[in-house]
Amino acid sequence: MKKTYTVSIYTENNIGLLNRISAIFQRRHINIESLSASDSEVDDVFKFTIVVNVTETQIKKIIGQIERQIEVIKAFYHTDEETIFTESAMFKIKSELLFEERQIQNIIKESNARIVTVNKEFFVLEKSGRRAEIALMYRELKPFGIMQFTRSGRIAVTKTEMPITTLLKQIEHKDEAAFAKSSL
Amino acid sequence: METETLKKTKTETTTMSGSEALVHCLLAEGADLIYGYPGGAIMPFYDELHKHQDKLRHVLTRHEQGATHAAQGFARATGKVGVAVATSGPGATNLITGIADAQIDSTPMVCITGQVGSHLLGSDAFQETDIIGISTPVTKWNYQITRAEEIPEVLAKAFYIARSGRPGPVLIDITKDAQFGELEYAYQKCTQVRSYTHTPQIEQEALEAAAKAINAAKKPMIVWGQGVLLGEAETEFKDFVEKSGIPAAWTILGVSAIPTEHPLNVGMVGMHGNYGPNVLTNECDVLIAIGMRFDDRVTGNLETYAKQAKVIHFEIDPAEIHKNVTADIAVLGNSKESLAQILPLIEKKSHEAWHQKFKDLYQIEFDKVIKNDINPTKEGLTMGEVIVRINKQSNGDAIIVTDVGQHQMIGIRYADFKQSKSNITSGGLGTMGFALPAAIGAKMGAPDREVVAIIGDGGYQMTIQELGVILQTGAAVKIVVLNNEFLGMVRQWQQLFFDKRYASTDMQNPDFCKIADAYSIENQRVTAREDLDEAVQKMMASPNSFFLEVMVEKEDNVFPMIPTGASVSDIRLE
Repeated sequence: MKKTYTVSIYTENNIGLLNRISAIFQRRHINIESLSASDSEVDDVFKFTIVVNVTETQIKKIIGQIERQIEVIKAFYHTDEETIFTESAMFKIKSELLFEERQIQNIIKESNARIVTVNKEFFVLEKSGRRAEIALMYRELKPFGIMQFTRSGRIAVTKTEMPITTLLKQIEHKDEAAFAKSSL
Repeated sequence: METETLKKTKTETTTMSGSEALVHCLLAEGADLIYGYPGGAIMPFYDELHKHQDKLRHVLTRHEQGATHAAQGFARATGKVGVAVATSGPGATNLITGIADAQIDSTPMVCITGQVGSHLLGSDAFQETDIIGISTPVTKWNYQITRAEEIPEVLAKAFYIARSGRPGPVLIDITKDAQFGELEYAYQKCTQVRSYTHTPQIEQEALEAAAKAINAAKKPMIVWGQGVLLGEAETEFKDFVEKSGIPAAWTILGVSAIPTEHPLNVGMVGMHGNYGPNVLTNECDVLIAIGMRFDDRVTGNLETYAKQAKVIHFEIDPAEIHKNVTADIAVLGNSKESLAQILPLIEKKSHEAWHQKFKDLYQIEFDKVIKNDINPTKEGLTMGEVIVRINKQSNGDAIIVTDVGQHQMIGIRYADFKQSKSNITSGGLGTMGFALPAAIGAKMGAPDREVVAIIGDGGYQMTIQELGVILQTGAAVKIVVLNNEFLGMVRQWQQLFFDKRYASTDMQNPDFCKIADAYSIENQRVTAREDLDEAVQKMMASPNSFFLEVMVEKEDNVFPMIPTGASVSDIRLE
């Protein structure tokens, strides 16, 4: 059975690594639903967060292939139930509507959206939340005219511990041990 | 001695150019024989090669693909890292087939490509191609160097990654300005990379579980692959097989790890493997896979593959576990260590009744297939009888390099291997044109061994220009072309599955002996059985290279055969 999985990949910072990782999905004809790249909780370690809809058998094999890449430190996969996740969206709308259309103010209030900026021509709304909440806001604002819309990839943290820090400590420990050995 | 060098390099540096540093890096990694083809963007490096030719030998192939296959042949014959060099653009793209071949067959190789100057990157400059992007899916690792000072560290990492764990190809792209640029040279070998665990640790629990299952098995069977050779675990493997008494079958890349004549060797598995091990894969109670990856050509239909058996998988690459066949017990780690560690836990057994089943099925295969392949009574020459004569003359000591197709299957099925690292072929990628350059590389890597390339008339013409290397270097490679004037394997499939519609498989060939003449290679064509013995004898006795063309039966088929999508136990004998 297919499910939505959030894949968290901890990596070295390397040009071309994204290419290597995305190729693994492409070879198996798996569509990447969203992707984001950022720093992680560990210094000098980067993180890709990728959302895909696949079976658990598939995702296990994919994780194996990802971890096989030289610059990947560790990859994990989690279900929606195991993660706290969010996406972020921005809406650019004509400023006059903010004052003329009372409904828009209600939408902003009810959806917990934030006004990022307002000027003479346009104002920008920012909304963080689940995909469905953003979609609902989009549907509500659409009739009034949206000048620009954009939505980020999913970012997520897991409910349980991500054992990456311990793993890195082990690696560093091994590093030191190897160094001590080589300098003997 | 190594520590001395380390101490020295830590304190002393020398100013030199990037390309000179590259030469020193290669020498520091023990690479004193490399293959390649020069061109604009790699010229600074070739200039240094010229200056250092007394220490570092460069062999000019006639096409960059030939350089990769030669490097692969060298690596497979020696266990060392093969090195191939090319210029940017078309030079680099011509390496791709060999790189893909090395990736799927886990061959340690470092490819060095020149690249346009860093200020031109991305500008569609002359002979610029994004070789990093292109090679990404087929390399274990790749990296573009744009500054001279990166060279020592990156090269050290490249060799370390190529040879460690499950080996594979690494491509290093070096811009022209990085080759010209100066650096303070000091070399330190790479011993680890933070994000890369090359060999997983063996879990004692898994070993114990595996030993328990093996000891309890009534009808166990071993299928071993190249992992035994790559792990240099031949002795440990032999001890394991002999103590456990388990029938052992091989994948196409595993053969020669133990001698062909070993009494516990029961033959090849897979599409054109032997009857017994294929049929009995679906009857064994424990299947012990060692250093193999359950390729589809080995397993046939996965839905019906060894479903009755408990599967134990000894493997160095965690990504291979459960990839194609779910393992009941996975023993991760290097085969040399895991086999040595499991040996004391294994009970000594002989499994005689079970062995008899393999013998019975062998007899059926012998009567229906083998007899006619190696001792034909019909007029036309068979590929099998040629191989048998080579065995006789080589005494089983030759390195047999095969190309891809019918001759490959026949060659490997009937070749007699006494020593390890004696079978060099393109297994996973099935690259026609592999054999000639790979044989040249193998001969240069193992000059004291006889190297016989067995090639079809199709594949031969894909890299035939590498005869130029033999002409120029005198590499004493024996070349046997088994000529059926067809792309035989494709023709066989057309006969069996496409109602004999021979679309584009008949070949009008040139006079191969005249071509050999043109390259000053002694040669002979055999069209009749009575001339075969003498011709093979003459070829094998020659101290130089020799070209032997044998005109074989045009429409012979390779059997046994598992039709695509069929179960291993549905293997056909005719």
